[in-house]
Amino acid sequence: MNGGNEEELAQLMRAAIAGDERAYSEFLRRTASLVRLFAERRIVQRAIDPEDIVQETLLAIHTKRHTWRDDAPIKPWVYAIARYKLVDAFRHRGRRLEIDIDEIAESFAGPESEILSDREVGRALEALAPGQRSVVAAISVEGRSIGEAARSLGMSEAAVRVALHRGLTAIAKRFRRD
Amino acid sequence: MDTNGLIETLAADSRQPAPSLSSVWWGAAGLAVALAAIVFFATLGLRPDFATAAETPRFLMKFVVTITLAVSAFGLARALSRPGEAWRKVLPDLAAAPAITVMAVVGEVFLLPPDVWAARMIGKNSMVCLTYVPLIGIGPLAIFVLVLRHGAPTSPARAGAVAGLLAGGIAATFYAAQCTDDSPLFVATWYPIAIAGLAFIGAAAADRFARW
Repeated sequence: MNGGNEEELAQLMRAAIAGDERAYSEFLRRTASLVRLFAERRIVQRAIDPEDIVQETLLAIHTKRHTWRDDAPIKPWVYAIARYKLVDAFRHRGRRLEIDIDEIAESFAGPESEILSDREVGRALEALAPGQRSVVAAISVEGRSIGEAARSLGMSEAAVRVALHRGLTAIAKRFRRD
Repeated sequence: MDTNGLIETLAADSRQPAPSLSSVWWGAAGLAVALAAIVFFATLGLRPDFATAAETPRFLMKFVVTITLAVSAFGLARALSRPGEAWRKVLPDLAAAPAITVMAVVGEVFLLPPDVWAARMIGKNSMVCLTYVPLIGIGPLAIFVLVLRHGAPTSPARAGAVAGLLAGGIAATFYAAQCTDDSPLFVATWYPIAIAGLAFIGAAAADRFARW
């Protein structure tokens, strides 16, 4: 799982920017494994959950995808974003977690599902306005498509897309730190 | 939320990405120059002897320095606003304006007798320079900090400082068209202080507002 080579990854992103949803999810999947490896190598003693870094990096890649020049190599861009998110997490979370060593030990021993629901991104989801939260949750947690989410929530597809976009932007904003 | 759920959610958000960063930079540069021009002509305006001054090398040298600074800072600020960009490659460009200034100062020292050096250096307009360069530059700087916010600077403070140099270069270019102190000794003394002020404000502002 090395995320494929540079040119393949760049091709996927170019297709994604042109509107190819499947290319985009393939791009994000490969990028996730690159970033996971990157974060796992750098996080010692699991002071931070590497998966949090993966998720924050994917969100940042999504909201900042216009900062990639389509003729530039894509891996340096991905790694620079991952490094920025990692350094940020160390600075803001490391201190807090040092104090709560017991809590870490507890979550370490806890079942996987508990750790998953406790992700920073998941917590950011909880903080969304109810309308946006139900849309984002329908797609991310329940795995529905835009059309299914629109039907089950009694909204138009366009409204679902807008709520989804705003919800994701709001989640990403929560990770902008002062 | 697990990572697969997040990936499917992001992929479903297939709205067009925001406008490309390089087009935003060029638009912002145009807007910043226009804003600086408005503030400059509303407050100072060209010096009365502009046409005659435009034929003297000392007067023209000021523009060589300030425009060089603006152009080099523009390239570096753009590189610093993108993750993974090789900004260190364009970093040496930033030395061009100081290098030209140093050469001009050396020339001036050879041309002028030592007893007028101090008078030329202090000039008559130092306070005007220290007031109006930041005043003309602050609007452009605000625009550039917004561009950094739209971009993704992995070192916001550094990018903000360079945005300050860019705003300072633009502001000083306008200011130089009004100031009657044309000696490189004056330029090398007061312009850097005024521009450094903008760089400092830019660093602080971007560190606050351009995090992502």
